[in-house]
Amino acid sequence: MFSDDKSNNGGFLGNFWTKVAHGFSPAIIEGETCQIYHEGSNGVSIEIEKLNKSFGDHHVLKDIDLSIKPGETFSIIGPSGTGKSLLLKHIVKLIDADSGRIIINGHDIDDPVARKGASDFRYSMVFQSSALFNSLTVGENVGLWLREKRICAEVRIRRIIQEKLRLVGLEGKEELRTSELSGGMKKRVAIARSLAMNPDLILYDEPTAELDPVTSDELARVIMSLKDKVKLTTIIVSHDLNFALYLSDRVAMMHDGEIIALGTPDEIKKSQNPIVRNFIYTTTKGIQGEGD
Amino acid sequence: MQILKPIGSSVLAVGQTVGEMISLLCEMLYFFKEAPRNLTSIFRQMSIVGIETLPIAMLVALFVGMVLSVQTGSELALYGTQEAIGAIVGLSMVKELGPVMTSLLVAGRVGSSMAAEIGAMQVYEEIDALKTLEINPVRYLAMPRLIACLFAVPALVAFAMVVGIIGGGIVAEVNPKIGVPFNVYYENMTRAINYKDIIKGLFKAMVFGGIIAHVGCYVGFKTSGGARGIGESTTRSVVLSFLLIMIANYLLTRFMI
Repeated sequence: MFSDDKSNNGGFLGNFWTKVAHGFSPAIIEGETCQIYHEGSNGVSIEIEKLNKSFGDHHVLKDIDLSIKPGETFSIIGPSGTGKSLLLKHIVKLIDADSGRIIINGHDIDDPVARKGASDFRYSMVFQSSALFNSLTVGENVGLWLREKRICAEVRIRRIIQEKLRLVGLEGKEELRTSELSGGMKKRVAIARSLAMNPDLILYDEPTAELDPVTSDELARVIMSLKDKVKLTTIIVSHDLNFALYLSDRVAMMHDGEIIALGTPDEIKKSQNPIVRNFIYTTTKGIQGEGD
Repeated sequence: MQILKPIGSSVLAVGQTVGEMISLLCEMLYFFKEAPRNLTSIFRQMSIVGIETLPIAMLVALFVGMVLSVQTGSELALYGTQEAIGAIVGLSMVKELGPVMTSLLVAGRVGSSMAAEIGAMQVYEEIDALKTLEINPVRYLAMPRLIACLFAVPALVAFAMVVGIIGGGIVAEVNPKIGVPFNVYYENMTRAINYKDIIKGLFKAMVFGGIIAHVGCYVGFKTSGGARGIGESTTRSVVLSFLLIMIANYLLTRFMI
């Protein structure tokens, strides 16, 4: 009910004293290599079939069908309240669907047996609010997963933290408290925390929300550079049309719980769907979509 | 039929809350096996529950003992039986006032802060972030708090018992209406209290500590609705903890007599 533990930490008696020692130190594993930690990301394929979700009488997601290729950067755009973030939460299993299936790398994520088979991929999510832990420093936030999983020596964890912070342009900021960070920096720390898992799938929920245009642009550059350096599947949920069109290989537009348009950024810009045209018109502040 | 609808909804809501609380408790107990690898977090929580609450708990216990002594002692003096004050204050502090007063204080100070902290994490998506980082929130947040309360609340209560008894003894000696020397007070008190009473008092405190952590974490995890929701959770955790502590106190007293 409260949690869904995907970790397997072994038996109680077998390594009790090792665990006790671990309880006081961040990591006791020696050496430079990490267990269960593949350095490269592979990207995953995602198939969503007839996904439905209702809250009471409110039917929020209506027969969503979607296919995302491995390594693709895919954006879901649309006005607020159309179910974009809810769809993301279904993909990372934070919410269960009423009906329909989500298949990642050929395995249904709701099927416990198939899910076991699919456990060789990792996903992470960058939340709208960044969701950094205030009680931890920047470095501790980024290294949280590595330290909790205890799969690396502390020296190696520190190196990974430095490396991931460098990727998002925050090298040397390990010791800062999260309260000392600006909105844009928090977003970048959240991205670094996600990258520390070396995910095959990364999901961004409204990454430019509450950010000024300059910071949004910086963030777009960070995500763009990651796209070049790390071959992972990326899903971005945003109502910032320019941001989505700039970054994405393909874009889907949601309206009232349904996907009403799907295509490359150029195809979306040229769409003749009146809802898409209206969205483009309003979000670009009067600049008409191509084909007007 | 319309009258039955709200009654039925209330019964279902209570049933759901009880079910969810039992489910959370089972999950927290299950993760006790992971306690050795969460020692830093457990000791941090113990410090919050125990060391940071100690000064105020001592102050409250001191005054409770003093008030008990001045109220009861002056009444006993009317009948010339004031020497029994040591036994009365001692038994009251060990069996009832020490565990209950200290636990209510911890529920107000620590339980509410647990609900607010976990509630804020719930509202600001930090719990969801933990789940996506493959970290079980019950293991990471709730289990260390439960273990900390199970050990720190009895420790606080032990201090409160001693300080309350000392406070009562000081008043008994200093107050001219009572005028019982401390050595007489002490002898009466030790004659009346046996080790079983102390163990029962500390066991009560352990149960109350468990209730405080359980309620604080449960209410925190169920928080929704922004800043207002966090405020409501804080209040709800205090009210629910107080209520459950009082019910548990009656049941434990009933079965331990």
